Amino acid sequence: MIELRDVHKKFGAVEVLKGITAAVEKSEVVCIIGPSGSGKSTILRCINGLESYDSGDILVEGARVDSKAKSIVAIRTQVSMVFQRFNLFPHRTALENVVEGPIYVKNEPRAEAFERGRALLARVGLAEKADAYPAQLSGGQQQRVAIARALAMQPKAILFDEPTSALDPELVGDVLSVMRKLADDGMTMVVVTHEMGFAGDVADRVLFIDGGVIVEQGPAKSVLNQPQHARTQDFLRRVLHPL
Amino acid sequence: MQKFLHDANEFLPILLQGVWLTILVTLGSLILSTILGLLWALMRVSGVWALSGLSAGLINLIRGIPIIVLLFYLYFVMPDFGITLTALQAAILGLGIAYSAYQAENFRAGIEAIDKGQIEAAQTIGMGWALTMRRVVLPQAVRIVLPPYGNIMIMLLKDSSQASTITVAELALQGKLIASSTFKNTSVFTLVALMYLTMSIPLILLVRHLEKRAGRR
Repeated sequence: MIELRDVHKKFGAVEVLKGITAAVEKSEVVCIIGPSGSGKSTILRCINGLESYDSGDILVEGARVDSKAKSIVAIRTQVSMVFQRFNLFPHRTALENVVEGPIYVKNEPRAEAFERGRALLARVGLAEKADAYPAQLSGGQQQRVAIARALAMQPKAILFDEPTSALDPELVGDVLSVMRKLADDGMTMVVVTHEMGFAGDVADRVLFIDGGVIVEQGPAKSVLNQPQHARTQDFLRRVLHPL
Repeated sequence: MQKFLHDANEFLPILLQGVWLTILVTLGSLILSTILGLLWALMRVSGVWALSGLSAGLINLIRGIPIIVLLFYLYFVMPDFGITLTALQAAILGLGIAYSAYQAENFRAGIEAIDKGQIEAAQTIGMGWALTMRRVVLPQAVRIVLPPYGNIMIMLLKDSSQASTITVAELALQGKLIASSTFKNTSVFTLVALMYLTMSIPLILLVRHLEKRAGRR
């Protein structure tokens, strides 16, 4: 349902994506791993048009992603995004954050949106925090609200941009378990992450990216346990055994 | 002191007529400058080259002209082009335009202070530019913009005295007229100063109240 064909992207003189070709099927969970600055986040940001790309094609359910075209709004309502730094709206409560899109973008009736919003907050384990402002929530709780906000748009896929990197270690598990539940429910997910345990357990496929190219890809278990490429081996060794 | 109280008692009714016009000019130009300032600021951050260029040019043009010259232009020059304004209209229009430049820069600073992640979050739930501004950016910018906005209100109140130069009989002009006909300069101008001060106090309290309300979250 998401397809990238030979995608190139430059920031000024630096080419961050040097021909990315990949596909994500419906209900598939794909984890993107790789060193920082390798272009992982840029891929996600290109998929829902937060960044433009210079050449190649990105297709979401057959529709070409063009960050400057009107069609981008329709694509964004189908492909939600969860950010490293949560980016909740600080002036609105958890529940208001969740219903913002349904009410103002999709023109859903308020009562219906609020009811659905409460159900979504319950689904991420935060039913009792509906009226709390983001500043009153822990990082893990904020990220779960952000996931509920993404779900509220009833997307066909969700992109996660290092969703646990800004969290205290003891809060990571809550967020990952919500994501695991989503995966079990059949949500299509593309996850940029450094959580190799999550990638190994939940992902169907893993892409290892370095220097703007896909160095290695395949079933999660085989890429993580028997990496073929030297760069992948080196990266995994550093991540799994930092000392 | 007793003499001052006696003078005050005598001049207060006339000065209060001026107060009414001062309030009218201040309020009128405050509303106008806020609307225009917001418009310039939104044009400036629109990302549309022509709009932001036009806005930057306008702001610099307005900032570079003294208020008094702007007022003379509107009141004495515009009639030559067939546009005749009453003194009050010219005063509100002139001060409104002059202050729109300061308002715009203040609003722009507030808008640009909002974290880019907020705008991206709004975009990823499908919001367009206008909706992002209305629902996400401006409500957060208000909190940043309020303290300097209070400053601008008080400056505007005081600068409304410049309307006296185009015959608006507001507080400063009333004071000057009384003083020049009675020679009681001390009493009159002390009264005038006290009255400006009195008018600025509610404005200070209003801003403090709004800041508290916005900062509660």
